[in-house]
Amino acid sequence: MTGPGHLPERQEALLAVRELRKYFPVRGGILNRTVGQVQAVDDVNFDVQPGEVLGIVGESGCGKSTTARLIMHLIRADAGRITFDGEPVRPDDTAALREVRRRMQMVFQDSYSSLNPRLPIEDTIMFGPRVHGVSAKAARTRARELFSLVGLDPSQFIRRYPHELSGGQRQRVNIARALALEPRLLILDEAVSALDKSVEAQVLNLLQALRRELGLTYIFISHDLNVVQYMSDRVLVMYLGKVVEIGPTTAIYNRMQHPYTSALLSAMPSMDPDQRTETPPLVGDPPNPIDPPPGCRFHTRCRFAEDMCRHTEPGLEAAAGVQADGSHLVACHMRVAGSGHSLAPD
Amino acid sequence: MAGRTTGPVLSAEDVTVRFTGRDATVNAVNGVSFTLEAGEVLCILGESGSGKSVTLRALMRLLPARRTQLSGRIEIAGRDVMAMGHRTLADLRGTEVGMIFQEPMVAFDPVYTVGRQIAETIIRHEGTSRGEARRRAIDLLDRVRIPSPERRLRAYPHELSGGMRQRAMIALALCCNPSLLLADEPTTALDATVQIQILLLLRELQRELGMAVIFVTHDVGVAVEIGDRIAVMYGGRFVETGPVREIMHNPRHPYTRGLLSSTVHGSLRGRTLEAIPGSPPDMTRLPPGCAFSPRCQFAEPRCETPPDEFRLTPHHMVRCVRAADG
Repeated sequence: MTGPGHLPERQEALLAVRELRKYFPVRGGILNRTVGQVQAVDDVNFDVQPGEVLGIVGESGCGKSTTARLIMHLIRADAGRITFDGEPVRPDDTAALREVRRRMQMVFQDSYSSLNPRLPIEDTIMFGPRVHGVSAKAARTRARELFSLVGLDPSQFIRRYPHELSGGQRQRVNIARALALEPRLLILDEAVSALDKSVEAQVLNLLQALRRELGLTYIFISHDLNVVQYMSDRVLVMYLGKVVEIGPTTAIYNRMQHPYTSALLSAMPSMDPDQRTETPPLVGDPPNPIDPPPGCRFHTRCRFAEDMCRHTEPGLEAAAGVQADGSHLVACHMRVAGSGHSLAPD
Repeated sequence: MAGRTTGPVLSAEDVTVRFTGRDATVNAVNGVSFTLEAGEVLCILGESGSGKSVTLRALMRLLPARRTQLSGRIEIAGRDVMAMGHRTLADLRGTEVGMIFQEPMVAFDPVYTVGRQIAETIIRHEGTSRGEARRRAIDLLDRVRIPSPERRLRAYPHELSGGMRQRAMIALALCCNPSLLLADEPTTALDATVQIQILLLLRELQRELGMAVIFVTHDVGVAVEIGDRIAVMYGGRFVETGPVREIMHNPRHPYTRGLLSSTVHGSLRGRTLEAIPGSPPDMTRLPPGCAFSPRCQFAEPRCETPPDEFRLTPHHMVRCVRAADG
């Protein structure tokens, strides 16, 4: 099992997430009693190093967005510890929380609903700094700088309202808003997913440039495996609230260890008319996250599943012989020597 | 199967759609012409607002009549769609032509069971008995690989998972053996592992039933998985059409090239993407000439008049003045 001491809490990590858990109760019946639980995030552990891009992938309901919201403390975790910049984040200490939220910011998928429709976008960008005590004049100057930084001409755009912008422009405004408080960590939750391909490429280029210029760290959440591969240094794969695999991008994409990761990757369209997919890598839909299957949560769709997978939950362990430095972890009995799985290495 | 004629399943000529509003006129589709052979899969590939879904709906005259100006010529199985009355049109939809959409909850009525809706459609179009219609519905659900079809027949749409609902909608669209299936982004809302299952299912059914398919998508990868031919749409026009291999390996329109090079894949890691500058055109104020010219790095004075179709080969068409230069 993954224990608190399993991942070394490295000094240099910008963000350390330990044993993070969030269950949402499902109510029903005439007495509105709790009839089940969505185990949205269950015992999740990972680190984010300063300056890196950690990609998080998984299908809908796997808990990737809930993880992001838990890190931002937009919702309260049931259990777990989050350390940011070497200091534990205490959810009860409102003043400290406010400071943490300044240093990490989030960009959401829906560029329209994350901007106030009644405010000119300049005022939206000034809002954060004003709340944190910056003078109106300084905030305005800062807003103009930010507009230029994200590639919008200030003289043309600052007084516009969100509805007067295209989707790509609005997402640039959201990025500017997120940068207004000079954060160190930016959580991008499907930030380019709603954009057209030609515009998506522009925003990805912008994100790469900003990262270089400002030394930012990103958590990049997406269902698009191509975009994650392009953006990320390391990738974390989630399935029904659990981390099933984490490792350097090249390792995940070329030497994936978990059967779910390989299914996810082979479900990507090939982009080559001569190499069309012939058989689907998985059958059926992802199971309902309410009361997920016992043991390994993937066993209901896994063609390698054996008896032990139905009873014993695999811990996240170093994938044997793949990445010598132990940076590639996988939660699968098949990959652990002596686990009892018939395909496990000796 | 209903009366098949020889010749193309569908031919469209100069189809134009305008939406008139109080303040502006949206030029959604600006002269689309193509033919579709029996058993052929055509993918219309375009970004949001390019007119791809409107084109698809126009073929079935599904656009709101009061606000829409539709012109051009549309023939399905040799019959003139533009001249049809409401009754004939309603008979055509569902028998000769099936449709599937992105959101299956819209195709189903939430207050009736899936089985009842499929059976009802069969009875409406073919006048079969209730028992026979039910038996066919079970067959159909089995065919689209819905496990335990008899039980699912009694399920309401909301009781099915996303992938299952999509399968049930495909069953509904196929219940009267259409010779043409119109698909509007049917896999866009699905997870990756489910999307590929639905694409493969559609490909298999298309082959088995010999249907022609028009598949609208914004995703190049999806178009490559399912299409025989791709039509790239921009600003309400087909700017390039050709066999899938031709479009992928030898794209000639600057927009097609830009779209392919800005579609991210892993081998581009660390490099700056060749993004197309600017944003898609405002369909209420299209430029008079080539709609792509304001974003095109090769734009020149000639682009101020609308470019004609240029055929590189009998099957590869490009609407760009530069293509004609060779």
